Amino acid sequence: MEIKLFGITKDIVGSDTVPVPENIQVLNVKELKAWLYQQYPGLAKLSALAVAVNHAYAVDSTALDSTTEVALIPPVSGG
Amino acid sequence: MIKLVTTIDINEAYSALHHPEAGGLALFIGTVRNHTSGKSGVTQLDFEGYEPMAVREMEALAQKAQSKWPIKKLVMIHALGSKKVGDPVVIIGTATAHRKDAFESCEFLIDELKKSVPIWKKEHFEDHTVWVNSHP
Repeated sequence: MEIKLFGITKDIVGSDTVPVPENIQVLNVKELKAWLYQQYPGLAKLSALAVAVNHAYAVDSTALDSTTEVALIPPVSGG
Repeated sequence: MIKLVTTIDINEAYSALHHPEAGGLALFIGTVRNHTSGKSGVTQLDFEGYEPMAVREMEALAQKAQSKWPIKKLVMIHALGSKKVGDPVVIIGTATAHRKDAFESCEFLIDELKKSVPIWKKEHFEDHTVWVNSHP
């Protein structure tokens, strides 16, 4: 699974994607966020961090698998 | 008309709102200003979007607005890329039979766009840059 990054999350990670290694099991959004916060503590300092699954806002319990498109959505600031 | 563009064409947005039954057109244009939260010296803004999701969120907001107000025509256009002070970056327009519905629906759409549509702006100052809203 590869996570797409936008805005400040790209700066924190230093790339525009994060690959989740095969041996790491993240079955839902909550587990993914826990893993990401461990790898990139800077993400935990944001005012908020949402996750999008297949182009829609997901909740903690939203399931993830290799076919889903996953992206981190830091606080938006359009307009 | 809902889309993300490089450069906003205000005439195109206005033309897209024409409808024979619409007697009121409200247009909101958001532009780049040279100051933010009391700090002056903004020289440029960069806008980035998660494009497929942004369009999907804008479409969902349009549907919500259409269920609340009798909207004849609707426009939501956001620009991405680098913008200078004074450049238009977002244009929201609604055309309704009467002005009250046009004003209210237009305000609703820009307010909601700012809350949920995955678009980010980076402010450039003389000596540093800031992703807006990122940190408490």
